[in-house]
Amino acid sequence: MFSSIIFILLLLASTIFFIKNVKKIKRNILLGKDVQFEGSRKERLKTMLLVAFGQQKMFAKPLPAILHFFLYAAFVITQVELIEIIVDGISGHHRFFREPLGGFYTFVISFIEILSVLAFIGTVAFLARRNLLKLPRLNMKELLGWPMMDANLILIMEIILICFIFMMNGADEVLYNRGMSHASEYGSGSFNFSISKFIGPLIYGGMSDGGLFVIERIGWWGHIIMVFSFLCYLPFSKHLHIVLAFPNTYFSNLSSKGKFSTLDSVTDVVAPNFDTAYQPKTDPNNPQRFGVKDVQDLTWKNLLDAYSCTECGRCTSACPQNATGKLLSPRKIMMDTRDRLEEVGKNIDLNGGTFVDDGKSLLRDYISTEEIWACNTCNACVQACPVNINPLEIIVEMRRYLVMEESQNPSELTNMFSNLENNGAPWQFSPSDRANWVNEA
Amino acid sequence: MSSNLKVPILSEMLAAGETPDILFWVGCSGSFDDRAKKITKAIVKILNHVNIKFAILGAEEGCTGDPAKRSGNEFLYQMQAMQNITVMNGYGVKKIVTGCPHCFNTIKNEYPALGGNYEVVHHTQLVQELINQGKLTVSGGAFKGKKIVFHDPCYLGRANDVYEAPRDVISKLDVELAEMKRSKANGFCCGAGGAQMFKEAEKGNKEVNVERAEEALELKPDVIAVGCPFCNTMMTDGVKHFNKEEKTKVLDVAELIANANDL
Repeated sequence: MFSSIIFILLLLASTIFFIKNVKKIKRNILLGKDVQFEGSRKERLKTMLLVAFGQQKMFAKPLPAILHFFLYAAFVITQVELIEIIVDGISGHHRFFREPLGGFYTFVISFIEILSVLAFIGTVAFLARRNLLKLPRLNMKELLGWPMMDANLILIMEIILICFIFMMNGADEVLYNRGMSHASEYGSGSFNFSISKFIGPLIYGGMSDGGLFVIERIGWWGHIIMVFSFLCYLPFSKHLHIVLAFPNTYFSNLSSKGKFSTLDSVTDVVAPNFDTAYQPKTDPNNPQRFGVKDVQDLTWKNLLDAYSCTECGRCTSACPQNATGKLLSPRKIMMDTRDRLEEVGKNIDLNGGTFVDDGKSLLRDYISTEEIWACNTCNACVQACPVNINPLEIIVEMRRYLVMEESQNPSELTNMFSNLENNGAPWQFSPSDRANWVNEA
Repeated sequence: MSSNLKVPILSEMLAAGETPDILFWVGCSGSFDDRAKKITKAIVKILNHVNIKFAILGAEEGCTGDPAKRSGNEFLYQMQAMQNITVMNGYGVKKIVTGCPHCFNTIKNEYPALGGNYEVVHHTQLVQELINQGKLTVSGGAFKGKKIVFHDPCYLGRANDVYEAPRDVISKLDVELAEMKRSKANGFCCGAGGAQMFKEAEKGNKEVNVERAEEALELKPDVIAVGCPFCNTMMTDGVKHFNKEEKTKVLDVAELIANANDL
């Protein structure tokens, strides 16, 4: 009874805390501008199923993809066991679903145990390649400090969680062997769970009944406390991708990657020169800034991208500019966007719901113009992202701001612009000479 | 000296009461850059050889606005785009072949939003189509048995998912088609895109084109084939950086076809 109350309090507290922070994230994302999407609902669902659920793009690198799949599958399937833990926790039962489900229960828990072992292997491998093998893309300077800590913390939490599962099931197995299971009506026997029926007796076989009860309870409580902690921690972590990968891929760009957005506010200025009957598309009384200076200028999809990023760095390792030692790192663009957005969100919280200018902006305070001008717009980052994040859009929007609002672009580009304006070509050639090549030897 | 090329200008062709089947969009590079002009001529040789009724805009063609758009100057882009769209719509243009993936991408994907709707193909796609239709028969000629590696232009490949057309055309030459480690969707930029062609690179430890040329040269190819005049410039410079210009040539797919078949 007492433990049920503690359990219910922990469950409520962590759920409320989680929801509160998720609402903040939603509020932050909706600070972005609205955006139109192409493609049907069916196409979007298909993309989500393939890319998020099926992890299609992860398999560009097969080995990490398989290891990641172990963690992913274990995480998803373990939710089934979590339902039982919650039911047991509230009601005070032990293994509530075992009797009603019978053999199917044994199958499910056995499956979870196998996946847990695979996830354990994956987690250890991930920790090793991050910290021992020092994989370049996981050891770049933008990851120093909190991002590196965040990544390791979650992997360590995962390992602890798996250990708790096997403490729980292993000790329970031995207790059941001795006819001492929590569920006294079970009598004695074996749960026949794939892994714990072996490692239970192996590790805990020599322990006293009292010791086993303690181990089993530590495993049970430890497991659920890790789950609650994970829930509370998630909104502050890059691991939000486990949830946001789904909406983010649903709202993927489905048109050609080479198609950049057309600014209607610019068309409204340019088009009347060519078509006197042209009707403006934007509201002239509500002029918008050209391009992006701060997070509020981005679309909500750009902001969702930022929260969906798990900092794997596939974008950055595919970036030609980064590969040749330039400052640009598409991953850093996404991390900076999230950091600035969180800062803006905190500002709003502190100022009773409205943003008070803090004299800072995403451009320059987080992302330098040097990074912005280095980009080749080659789409390698967009192609590489396993959850269809688009760092390129943010880069181009910042160029738009720099060129059209501040006239701050590299001087060589000013030359190119004036050639285009005067000659209709990026170089200084006369338009009347355009077909001269025909008669040249 | 006048060449033997037949290159009708669209306005003159229409004035003579004829309409072309396709507009050949030459592009700024193809019109003004000495190296790229050779690619333009190779494309024309192919078009002439199969007797396609085509025309160019000549002095009425202007930059598509791609470099302006990629560098954030949307005003300048839209000015260029609308000027071109006004000209092309005025002439009733329906189908376009481009000699440059940047022009291809811009006209195909970005002109529709401004009222320019055309069927647009890259020249490698047109050549593939001509071969498939039996209108163009190619043999390997001097390239037979040579090792050729194709460098994917970002604005043809990733931007528009055209990977097979250039490879298909090259493979018709009876050559050994080699692939770099980073190819197709994982292709590595030549360093020119995003208006980088028109500015100095930011501070780093290597030029992008040198990195890419190095990767291509590791395969010891006889030819690095490209499908973009900007890639051509970048890869040519990259090959020169390693003093390999005698051993490895940088050629456009159109040049391979035209040269191999003495067009």
